[in-house]
Amino acid sequence: MHYRQLALYIIRKSIKLATLLIAVSIISFTLISYSPLDPVQSYIGADMTRVSPEQREAITEYWGLNEPKVQQFFNWGKNVLRGDLGTSLLYRSPVSETIAERFLASLALMASAWVLSGVFGFLLGIISGMKEGTWVDRLIKGYCFTLASTPAFWMGLLLVMLFSVRLGWFPIGLGTPAGVRAEDVSFLERVRHLVLPALTLSITGVANVALHTRQKLIEVLQSDYVRFAKAKGEHGFILVWRHGLRNISLPAVSLHFASFGELFGGAVLAEQVFSYPGLGQAVVQAGLSGDVPLLLGIVLFSTIFVFTGNLIADLLYKIIDPRIRKGPI
Amino acid sequence: MLNLRQRTAVIIILAIVLLSVIMLNGIFMDNDRLTVNLDSKNNAPSLNHLFGTDWLGRDMLARTLKGLTMSMGVGLLAAFLSAWIALMLSLLASLNKTFDYMVTWLIDLILSVPHIVLLIMISFAFGGGFNGVVVGLALTHWPSLARLLRSEVLQIKSAEYVGVSQQLGKSKLWILRHHIIPHLAPQLFVGFILLFPHVILHEAAITFLGFGLSTDQPAIGVILSESMRYLSTGLWWLAFFPGLSLLLMVALFDLLGKNIHKLGGPFQGQRG
Repeated sequence: MHYRQLALYIIRKSIKLATLLIAVSIISFTLISYSPLDPVQSYIGADMTRVSPEQREAITEYWGLNEPKVQQFFNWGKNVLRGDLGTSLLYRSPVSETIAERFLASLALMASAWVLSGVFGFLLGIISGMKEGTWVDRLIKGYCFTLASTPAFWMGLLLVMLFSVRLGWFPIGLGTPAGVRAEDVSFLERVRHLVLPALTLSITGVANVALHTRQKLIEVLQSDYVRFAKAKGEHGFILVWRHGLRNISLPAVSLHFASFGELFGGAVLAEQVFSYPGLGQAVVQAGLSGDVPLLLGIVLFSTIFVFTGNLIADLLYKIIDPRIRKGPI
Repeated sequence: MLNLRQRTAVIIILAIVLLSVIMLNGIFMDNDRLTVNLDSKNNAPSLNHLFGTDWLGRDMLARTLKGLTMSMGVGLLAAFLSAWIALMLSLLASLNKTFDYMVTWLIDLILSVPHIVLLIMISFAFGGGFNGVVVGLALTHWPSLARLLRSEVLQIKSAEYVGVSQQLGKSKLWILRHHIIPHLAPQLFVGFILLFPHVILHEAAITFLGFGLSTDQPAIGVILSESMRYLSTGLWWLAFFPGLSLLLMVALFDLLGKNIHKLGGPFQGQRG
């Protein structure tokens, strides 16, 4: 019985993902194909005078830009189904390879920022919720509300100015030191280049989790079972540890998984500020230089990324929470 | 001592006054202050130039104010369009089950792609510039508000007085005009104002990435992305003050929206 439900759940979610990807592909392809930007023009760029009209015609022919839009879509669709997502004009390699390589760098950045902001947000939320109404609570709440209005990339610029230019603790940008072969870069160097982008990304990511956790903890602390525990003489961190933590951790973790979209958006900005060679920088370059296959590939990839986050959030509720686990999924 | 309601009202008035000052300053400022003045380039903040000057000797305070006004204009337009889309779709969803399903599907669809990526794509489709930004922002910010309004409509539709109206033979349009719209109006208004902070921040972000407003306009995103080239030479004021001003403006809009919400709802109004 249980397995049948599980299978149904998986099938339902797969169908949802498939329809989502199809819809996103069609819409993004339509949007991009009506762009007034000429891909050949932006590809040639500054070499315009050295490229003859015949050569341009050849490029157009080679990319299949003369074919009708629907045919172009199916050509691209064939590439997607084959798995290589077409050839990137910027990197001259299959889009899937570029994405995989770039995503690895982004993953290091996003994962460290995600964990950092999750842990700090959760802790701040607990402290703030326990001390509701005191100056500590006000301070944390004020911090969170200020962060909500802070442009993430400006935060990055401030960090660069303070830690890289003034204090010289960290490098100004890039993912590895300049002039060193990729194989020779030590792990420590990579980490040094990761610190500031990750910090930028996590500072702004804290607010959501912290405010949510605070709200949940305040609700829990007003419950009857907490009142009973207090009557027995429990208080402070012990009380929260025994009666609060389990109740508030699940929603917080779920919320954090569901925020993959914002995480990705933040990474795009942070990578731009620090010239960090990740997926976010690639999407900006693809957009600015008219690399349509890469742009479409990253759109699809980011959709799957966000979907995965939401799926995990959904599953966590269903699998971990015993009250929901017993019920139908 | 003022009570909570009065305090809320004072905050609202102050926020409106401050925002209008920024806007009027930006609109009526003479453009002389934006001109290139090579005698006074790269000046640190001083009494003459409160925000310092850039590498062409332009006054950063003047550029920042212009940029904020522009952001506000873009934000106003995009937030208005977004709120309009949200209202229309939530009303459409209330018609029948099929429409409701379609609207929820559309909401899920928009939310399934990261905001920034969607903005880059739409701006690319429009070839960049003002139109691309406004359309992009308008098309990406309605889902959260639409979701809110949709559930509100569902709730109103199941209310008894709506049922009574139906029994009395009132048309759907009549119910829409007399029961649903008046109920939605305050939600819509507050939602509209609370869209501002998001819209303005995203506008700055997308412009910063190079997809938004063109570089000859003094938008905050442009100012900040230009300042990146001068960071390593220690010209910190190029980025610091414009960003801080943007933060303050966004925070003011946030404050305004939240306090209007407080004042509008008697339940929220009693609590701190």
